[in-house]
Amino acid sequence: MALATDAPKESFRLGMLIYDTRFRSITIQVIVLALFLAALSWLVNNTVQNLEAKGRSFDFGFLWQRAGYDIGQQLIPYTNDSSHGRAMFVGLINTIVLAFFGCIFATVLGVMVGVLRLSKNWLVGRLMTVYVEVFRNIPLLLWILLSYVILSETMPAPKDFRVTDEMTAAGELPAASMMLFDSVAITNRGLDMPAPLLTRSLGSVEVFGVPFNLSAIVFLLIVAAGLYANHVIRSRAQKIQEDTGIRPVTWWKSIAVIAGPALVFLLASGFYLEFPQLKGFNFTGGIQVAHSFTALLIALVLYTAAFIAEVVRAGILAISKGQSEAAFALGLRPNRTMSLIILPQALRVIIPPLISQYLNLTKNTSLGIAVSYLDLRGTLGGITLNQTGKELECMLLMMLIYLTISLIISSLMNVYNNSVQLKAR
Amino acid sequence: MKKSVFLGTLAATTMLAGIAAAQDGSTLAAIKARGELICGTNTGLTGFGAPDANGNYQGFDVALCKAVAAAVLGDATKVKYVPTTGETRFTALASGEVDLLVRNSTWTYSRDTSLAFDFVAVNYYDGQGFMVKKDLGVSSAKELDGATVCIQTGTTTELNLADYFKANNMTYTPVTVADDSEGQRQYLAGACDAYTTDASGLAASRATMADAENHIILPEIISKEPLGPVVRHGDNNWGDIVRWSFYSLLVAEEKGITAANIGEVATTSTDPEVKRLLGLEGDMGPMMGLDNEWAKRAIAASGNYGEIFEANIGSATPIGLARGLNALWTQGGLQYAPPVR
Repeated sequence: MALATDAPKESFRLGMLIYDTRFRSITIQVIVLALFLAALSWLVNNTVQNLEAKGRSFDFGFLWQRAGYDIGQQLIPYTNDSSHGRAMFVGLINTIVLAFFGCIFATVLGVMVGVLRLSKNWLVGRLMTVYVEVFRNIPLLLWILLSYVILSETMPAPKDFRVTDEMTAAGELPAASMMLFDSVAITNRGLDMPAPLLTRSLGSVEVFGVPFNLSAIVFLLIVAAGLYANHVIRSRAQKIQEDTGIRPVTWWKSIAVIAGPALVFLLASGFYLEFPQLKGFNFTGGIQVAHSFTALLIALVLYTAAFIAEVVRAGILAISKGQSEAAFALGLRPNRTMSLIILPQALRVIIPPLISQYLNLTKNTSLGIAVSYLDLRGTLGGITLNQTGKELECMLLMMLIYLTISLIISSLMNVYNNSVQLKAR
Repeated sequence: MKKSVFLGTLAATTMLAGIAAAQDGSTLAAIKARGELICGTNTGLTGFGAPDANGNYQGFDVALCKAVAAAVLGDATKVKYVPTTGETRFTALASGEVDLLVRNSTWTYSRDTSLAFDFVAVNYYDGQGFMVKKDLGVSSAKELDGATVCIQTGTTTELNLADYFKANNMTYTPVTVADDSEGQRQYLAGACDAYTTDASGLAASRATMADAENHIILPEIISKEPLGPVVRHGDNNWGDIVRWSFYSLLVAEEKGITAANIGEVATTSTDPEVKRLLGLEGDMGPMMGLDNEWAKRAIAASGNYGEIFEANIGSATPIGLARGLNALWTQGGLQYAPPVR
């Protein structure tokens, strides 16, 4: 029986776009896309027209004009004579530094809390539950304000550190004193600590207006080389242990290759510490970490770590119980089981949601404006926007920068994610 | 109307929505149709613009909003106050969120030109000063080298501060705060040694502090800060109405017309300028689209310029500002209204 014949050849009719299921979905998509593009172009056109009607131009020329304002925390050289573009860059670096340290500390704290929340110890487990629930259920802004107010209202003012002649004569002590052999001072403005300096520095090179300290780079390279040498020594020891069953003593070699060359370099460069000193209104010299930074970091870390703890807990619970039972049967202690068996497998579950926590933390740094931390939002989206009146340009540029930072973080984390995923062999 | 609702849902930024809304017809027609003047004011600066114990806005700047509302709508209470910060005020005005901004805003070249605003008058001639705690032992701003200074963001004071320290070869650490209340909190907590803003604002802040006698305002005035009402470029008629509402208060002071005696003056005065101002002679009101009694109502709202000054920020109030530059030109000040003719 050859009943199957070719379908009757139907010529294409316009009605088929709606009534024929083969074409209908495409038709709908085309219509929606057209509507979306129309709305978008209307919006853009409207903006252009309105800007024209207001006599306002759309250009980014202001980025090259003199900024005229000062920024409290600047990690690259900046004065009020620098351009708005440079001010934006200073803010961007402040954002990135905060996000960088925030992600690291939040991960460490989050993993610890996540693991401890599963602890069999009733008290530890409950404490971690309370921590997680309290921190992730109260808005971040409140935590930022709270930690800032605590730091700035409870610490002594710089003038409390002052020792006058009359006080020494009367044998009185100042209201506050420095800690750690007079090297660290915590005031209501910030933390002052000694700065490492070199008498014979190698100078610095400038790349795109950002100075890189050559001595610091050389130092880091030496430490990296030391770590690599240590790795070689340890893997050789491992090999000897596997061959002979006896592990050679390596700890003194490790210390020598890591610390030795670095110390020699520091001594040769004339390393010394510059201690903060009370001069006039404030401590000068040394490194100053403003409380706005510390408060933001503390709040961001505590808040994000609560979320990361939940991600970690979920990852650990996703690993079958048989894995830990098998590890115990082999005689592994619980902490070794966790670090060698459970966590490496749990990483596959943990990393994707962890990426979004990193992105959240990075974007949340823009709340710094609440405590006078001049990040990208504070410089480009705050003062520059106000002084130049270029709302649209500043906002678009700022959104573009945050988008870029987020995409970079997520693509780096995706590379790492791919490396820990299960490989089909 | 529909257009702006549609826009509001679609627009990516509030700015786009606002400009389109503001474009529909003149500002005056929009206010009359709405039956309410929307006035951008301070989030809270005692004496200039702050809610009182009952939540009603009061102050030197607020009185001008009331005068304009009285002139335009015939009722000084028909004002909606939109509190703005130093950072949001110009966006609020540019977007059409407010009809008029009276918020200690300094008239500068770039705000007048590139921000596309009109500063229609100067209702307070001010200058930037510094406030410090007495026990800091500082008596001049020139001694502030190395100090930490609290400063409001989005203001001209930010730029003046940088210029002043640079010109005097001094350094400082800025602590950038969002508004006056946060600035005061940080200053009182000792997070900064000095707080800087317009001298009038410092006096107002100091008046609200529990220990006002422990704070001093340093003698240096480091800038010119002509503060005044601001409107958008492009609607000159609206600018005229605001300008002349303010000038009518000045002329009233000059001619001795007060809120109390205005009814009497209107019936007995023989001064042609007073008659023109109060709508008894000539056809002044319709020249800018109002009726003839606009100025009468504006003055009756909270009195003439001098009355408003004394009631809100004058020497009898806790703020205790002297007239100084803001005295009438006849008394050695700068307040001078063009003739009503």
